[in-house]
Amino acid sequence: MPVVEMIGKPIHINEEGFLTEYNEWDPAIGKVLAEQIGVEMTDEHWKIINFLREDFKTEGETATSRRVQTVGGVPVKIQFELFPKKPAKKMAYIAGLPKPKGCV
Amino acid sequence: MTTTMTAPIVPNFDTESEGRKLAIICSKGNLDMAYPGLILGNAALGEGIETHLFFTFWGFDMITKSRMDHLQFSPAGNTAMHIPGGDMHIPQAIMPAPGMTAMATHMLKKSIADLGVPEVPDFLDQIVAAGGHLWGCRMSADMNKLGLGDLRDDVEGIISATDFIELTEGAQLLFI
Repeated sequence: MPVVEMIGKPIHINEEGFLTEYNEWDPAIGKVLAEQIGVEMTDEHWKIINFLREDFKTEGETATSRRVQTVGGVPVKIQFELFPKKPAKKMAYIAGLPKPKGCV
Repeated sequence: MTTTMTAPIVPNFDTESEGRKLAIICSKGNLDMAYPGLILGNAALGEGIETHLFFTFWGFDMITKSRMDHLQFSPAGNTAMHIPGGDMHIPQAIMPAPGMTAMATHMLKKSIADLGVPEVPDFLDQIVAAGGHLWGCRMSADMNKLGLGDLRDDVEGIISATDFIELTEGAQLLFI
């Protein structure tokens, strides 16, 4: 697995660039990841990222768009506005989590 | 585990599926056959792919207001039906028994709900929210004597086969 430096810290990522170690992430890293894919973070963006981080802790897998809507309370339409084109992947990437595995 | 620092790897989310387009023809009105098109369409939208769903023949029930909440599943004629949790086949002879369709529909709905997958109308809401386009088939509307007012409000139009062919130029196509 490649290791990259982000804001002075060594960070483990996979071949696609997603973080592989849950505990290496913090909001400052999240901000760097967001910048790298052209997302400017607002409170609304952080609400979703924080939900994903918390949900992963209990579920052991990354929430899908559907779950972000039904459990996280952010409608799919808003997710597409905040993270255009590929919300589920972009949200997971910024949250330092694996891509969601669920089909829906 | 290596400790060598490498150059950052940044996924190319915005351009990798540019120009890709998918059209799904939904021609079945059985509950089980409503789902493949919805699941694949939803997945495509989540990948930033322009997605069109065209509802025709029995698939027209999926977008007809008075019918979309009552899609059913029948095990009759489906030789892949097994005893729940096992590999043994359920004999086809008992499938047409009264109440079988209602029971099978109930069980299928429960299995789908347990996976966190929405019911058909709710799923179509999500697909439209994700930017998907819904179209009704002209011939199916005429056969069923239905108009745009009988369909979900987010159906963009009732179109002919020719319109559909024009609309889907360059698209990948799925017939379900």
